[in-house]
Amino acid sequence: MSILVNEGTRVLVQGITGREGSFHTLQMLDYGTQVVAGVTPGKGGQAVEGVPVYDDVRTAVERTGANTSIIYVPAAYAADAILEAADGGIALTTCVTEGVPLWDALRVMRYLQDKPVRLIGPNCPGIITPGVTKVGIMPGHIHRPGKVGVVSRSGTLTYEVVWALTQAGLGQSTCLGIGGDAVNGTTFVDVLRLFEQDPQTEAITLIGEIGGNAEEQAAAFIADHVRKPVVAFIAGRTAPAGRRMGHAGAIIAGGNGTALHKIEALREAGVLVADQPAQIPDLLHTVLQ
Amino acid sequence: MNLDEYQAKGLFAAHGIPVPEGQVAKDPAVAREIAQQLQGRVVVKAQVQVGGRGKAGGIVLADTPDDALREASRLLGSSLKGAPVRRVLVERAADIARELYVGLIADRTARRMALLVSADGGVEIEEVARTHPERVRTLYLDPFLGLRSYHLVQAAGTLDLPRELWPSFQAIGQALYRTATETEATLAEINPLVITADSATGGGQLLAVDAKMTVDDNALFRHPDLLAMRHTADEMPAERQAREAGISYVPLDGQIGCMVNGAGLAMATMDVIKLYGGEPANFLDVGGGARAERVKTALEIILSDPRVKAVLVNIFGGITRCDEVARGIVMALEQLQTKVPLVIRLVGTNEAEGRAILEQAHLPAAASLAEGARLAVAAANAGANAGTNAESHAGGGAA
Repeated sequence: MSILVNEGTRVLVQGITGREGSFHTLQMLDYGTQVVAGVTPGKGGQAVEGVPVYDDVRTAVERTGANTSIIYVPAAYAADAILEAADGGIALTTCVTEGVPLWDALRVMRYLQDKPVRLIGPNCPGIITPGVTKVGIMPGHIHRPGKVGVVSRSGTLTYEVVWALTQAGLGQSTCLGIGGDAVNGTTFVDVLRLFEQDPQTEAITLIGEIGGNAEEQAAAFIADHVRKPVVAFIAGRTAPAGRRMGHAGAIIAGGNGTALHKIEALREAGVLVADQPAQIPDLLHTVLQ
Repeated sequence: MNLDEYQAKGLFAAHGIPVPEGQVAKDPAVAREIAQQLQGRVVVKAQVQVGGRGKAGGIVLADTPDDALREASRLLGSSLKGAPVRRVLVERAADIARELYVGLIADRTARRMALLVSADGGVEIEEVARTHPERVRTLYLDPFLGLRSYHLVQAAGTLDLPRELWPSFQAIGQALYRTATETEATLAEINPLVITADSATGGGQLLAVDAKMTVDDNALFRHPDLLAMRHTADEMPAERQAREAGISYVPLDGQIGCMVNGAGLAMATMDVIKLYGGEPANFLDVGGGARAERVKTALEIILSDPRVKAVLVNIFGGITRCDEVARGIVMALEQLQTKVPLVIRLVGTNEAEGRAILEQAHLPAAASLAEGARLAVAAANAGANAGTNAESHAGGGAA
């Protein structure tokens, strides 16, 4: 088992003919992902790495049975791509695109709220069930199948942690990034709920960072609903207030969203919080014994 | 991007929100002229984006044009809570009966714009929310429906606003929402919105005495008018260079420069440096898929800070290729002729090729982030203590 993506995942790549889209289509195919279709308006009838390209999502879904999409279109068109996927019959959409305008995101989230669909991201590395399928841009070879569920707001920091886990002999059930923007389609709480229900996942690693209160909400949820052990790391203890640290969502505003506040909330919920990424495997070994 | 008060007021006024009459000045003589034209008592306000501006002496009353000249001379060129004052806003002083708070804020948890109102205006809303949460009313707005008339009726009730001011409050509320929508603001705040007491004008008018706006950086590509409001001439050269190269860079106070790919990993790298006893000199995310040229620019930016005593490069290659990064570093070092020691940690895509390039250039590679941080801290301390070490060696020799 795993969460959200598995053997039945049939991937549609939105923006497949672009530089990023075509590069990662090949990477996903190499990993064993079933990439069944691509969409780029105006380029229907072409093929990328042997994958048929369609002009629109609905046609692609009808012809190929795609059920999951990944978006690589530029920020100005990302909202449109997400809405099209939701209207085109895609149940799970991952938006890799960075820089989606906030007002676009607010409207998209409002629209999706009433639909039976899930969005991961935007501004995220995607999702991988090691050894089964990869719907994202993460380097596949650093992952190993196993029993640790990993959820993060970051990209490369997740790779750092996953690589540390793999080197320590700790495989992963599913790893996903929820995105570095201020507003995310899928939250920590959503993912914690799924990991808690997943029989393959025996422990959870949560990687947070400064800004917002997603970690505090996660802590409250863990205290009430998560029985599996959780190990966390929060980036940005040294980040100054009022400055945006790369991610649109990584900002301490009006004294809210500090790393220390998040760490305290998680510790109070019984979560082991690592001082540095390299410490996470040790803490996991402790709780998994 | 945070706008200056005068810029936000300009946008407010253009959308129909009443603001005090006034103009911005970069020169004390101009400030005097503005005061002269306005006649009577004016207020001189430093245009800096820091909280507690008034308490820090950045907002002062001037009764005569000469007073305005004197205050503007004092403020311009000075620095307020670390922010250099380059402009002052000179405007007609308001006679204030009551100070209210009205703001539109993007609430990331609710995934909505929220209208916040409080009868406790003139102080920071976060402070009111912390100390007297019951005195702040939050109304969440559906993006498809926007701000409705009934929201503002509820808000007026919370503010205990006299009924004769309801029509103008409705107009101001709608104008604020239009301003926020059209500029894609994540924050548009009137604090304080005052009820005037000025008997000359009849009093009892609503007036936006202070204004604060943040517009979404990610939406600026479709707002050239807002983009033009950025004071590019005021930027530090390193910050401008970073922005133009698409590099996220935030200078800090420490001695260890860092170059990292990815914002989360960049923050974690700073934290690990601190954990091993060092202080990060900056946050720098070189971005995904960085080519050699961008890596070179990033290193130039980091080394332009004279306080940097060592640099830690931490790259986890995914889309970014380690050999490209290594090439960029070697290229930069050939041109920069720096004596600052570098510690480099490369993992992931094309790691072996990257390490080979570093080895050829005799650059040390660290096996892990923790080791890299340790080595960088040691190198920075060695650099900072170079003088002291030389002395102790000499002392040792004499003994």
